[in-house]
Amino acid sequence: MITRKRLAAGVCGLLAALAVGLLPTPAAADAPDTKSSPKVELVLDVSGSMRSRDIDGQSRMAAAKQAFNEVLDAVPEEVQLGIRTLGADYPGQDRKLGCKDTRQLYPVGPLNRTEAKAAVATLNPTGWTPIGPALLGAADDLKDGDSTRRIVLITDGEDTCAPLDPCQIARDIAAKGIHLVIDTLGLLPDAKTRNQLSCIAEATGGTYTSVQHSDQLRKRVHQLVDRAAKPVVTPVATEGAQQCSSAPKLTAGLYSDREKFAEHRWYRVDVPPGQELRASVSIAADRAVNNDYGVLLRASTPQGREIVRGSEAGDGRTDVISSGLRYPTAPADKASGDTQPARTVCLQVSNSFSAPASVKTDPGLPVELSIDLVDGPDNAADTAFFGLGHGWWLLGALALAGLLAGLLWGWISRWRVAVWRTN
Amino acid sequence: MGIVRKLTVGMLAGASLFGPVGVAAADSPSPSASASDDASAAAPTEAGTSFRTATAIKLDQPATAGASTGDYLYWSVPVDTGQRATVKAKVTLPEAAARHGAATWQLDVYDGLRRHQACKYGTPVKAAAKDARTVELTCSLRTVRAWAEPWANDPLPGSYYIRLTVVDLPQDDLGLPVRAEVSVGATDAGGSQAVDGMLAAPLVPGATAAPRPQPSASSTAAQPVALDEPDGGWSSGWWSDRWIWTAAGGLLAALGGIAGYCLTRGSGRPSRVPPGY
Repeated sequence: MITRKRLAAGVCGLLAALAVGLLPTPAAADAPDTKSSPKVELVLDVSGSMRSRDIDGQSRMAAAKQAFNEVLDAVPEEVQLGIRTLGADYPGQDRKLGCKDTRQLYPVGPLNRTEAKAAVATLNPTGWTPIGPALLGAADDLKDGDSTRRIVLITDGEDTCAPLDPCQIARDIAAKGIHLVIDTLGLLPDAKTRNQLSCIAEATGGTYTSVQHSDQLRKRVHQLVDRAAKPVVTPVATEGAQQCSSAPKLTAGLYSDREKFAEHRWYRVDVPPGQELRASVSIAADRAVNNDYGVLLRASTPQGREIVRGSEAGDGRTDVISSGLRYPTAPADKASGDTQPARTVCLQVSNSFSAPASVKTDPGLPVELSIDLVDGPDNAADTAFFGLGHGWWLLGALALAGLLAGLLWGWISRWRVAVWRTN
Repeated sequence: MGIVRKLTVGMLAGASLFGPVGVAAADSPSPSASASDDASAAAPTEAGTSFRTATAIKLDQPATAGASTGDYLYWSVPVDTGQRATVKAKVTLPEAAARHGAATWQLDVYDGLRRHQACKYGTPVKAAAKDARTVELTCSLRTVRAWAEPWANDPLPGSYYIRLTVVDLPQDDLGLPVRAEVSVGATDAGGSQAVDGMLAAPLVPGATAAPRPQPSASSTAAQPVALDEPDGGWSSGWWSDRWIWTAAGGLLAALGGIAGYCLTRGSGRPSRVPPGY
């Protein structure tokens, strides 16, 4: 039985390997499609403070321009790149006008290097630092298509347009489920700028860099743009329910959702008989949370009986906390003849994150749920490999048993010869 | 105990004939010299920033990455049945003049189901003093088993995610450039750890049985099968040196049987048996 199943599994594996080898990967297949090619927008601070000449003896603006020129030369073909500025045009003192001062310098699309460079060359440090409005504008520039999106924000100061909190704006943008990541770079940042920029990065799953030298700036922007070009699976947005009966039905794939603090959500998966359900979940801490936290993923029957669970707890600084489970269903009963229906498994995802009262709880924490359905395992019939033995004790025992059997056989045959002779 | 020792020594002498055969025949996954040359030629120089974007590396393939302090760096590595993997990471810290205090770095390993894996030994968390140049972290995983109960969290063959990050640092040091190096080595645990049973597919994210509706353009929930595979593919689950041990045991038993038989018979035919019979 086991042998047959293993053989079948081997053949299936071979077929699958062939199929994977023959089929082009999805990323390669739709590379020329502009709708799904990755989009990057560089958002550059052109506020008055960029005039300071303190990065390796040149002005911050000059360092940024130089970095942009080199990065523009090396943008991967498949990336659609745009440039947006903030504080580039309004030199006055009116806060209201200064906080609206953000514009798209170069539209997101296939890159014309000469035009983009010419546009960057015109920039002159001028106005305010409206980071929040610039992020909103950038998110709007990137909204078409269903590709991965990345904003690279380069600034030397904090947002000067309170009360609009750019960190909250970033979280709201990320919550739209458009796979947008914001990476931030601070040019010689002070403590306030650093806190704000790292908060923006954390809210969207991006990274924060503190730039001290011009070649560091160039390398990092280059790295971020290259990172955008890497094909990556984008999760499908779903919304878990409060109970299993009304939960969304999921098939194999990668899903994203949002879950509030100490909330749980249900999803349903139909598992055909003889298949194994594999589910893993990650909940991201995209804001300041209390030190100790946890996640629980439970599989249960629709009647509420728990089948198996995966849980994890942790403390301290983290990006995500994750856990997973697998659940092989019993193979189809051949005797009953007709095909058996798939078994519904309810998945419950709960978290035990908490946050200080000052932290906004809306939108919820990002949840990533991955579901795979594979053939069921060959269950072990014995603890040992095929029930085979191993070690010196085994050899000794077998040799001894052989010796005893030989002796016994010898004595019996002698005895038989003796009995035969006397008769 | 003395008896056991003597017995063992005796059997060692007896079975030394078979021992080396077992070692040689076991399909050890250690790469040949040329394979490791190829590996270092194409060593990844970037790290992912999440489970989804983790950079795939191979065993014994050193990977490097430039990053900012505070980034979460992810790699994934395929570990097969019977392997004992050891993850080593080295972080080259920013120059001491730019730093403001000690920082604690941490190495985490997750399996293909994103379950946190225990380190048997090693130092997965280490504090780097303010003037330290580098910090080195290690984590030795448990032996990967071919099969485990669904309720157990035993390590199973599949992708293993490595996460490297700083967990405690002065806030002023956030975002400074660091360099990270990661390599994963594995030794073969041999047949003594071989268990029965087998997964239909290794724990690789995106491994999904074939009959599934083709995803439409709007819903791309389907994950492509990760190209995470050891050199030479996953083990078939048919080989373990237990075959050799058991066969050797059978042979010894047969020899023992003959020896025992001969003992009772003495040399040749019993003298009292008259000729002609």
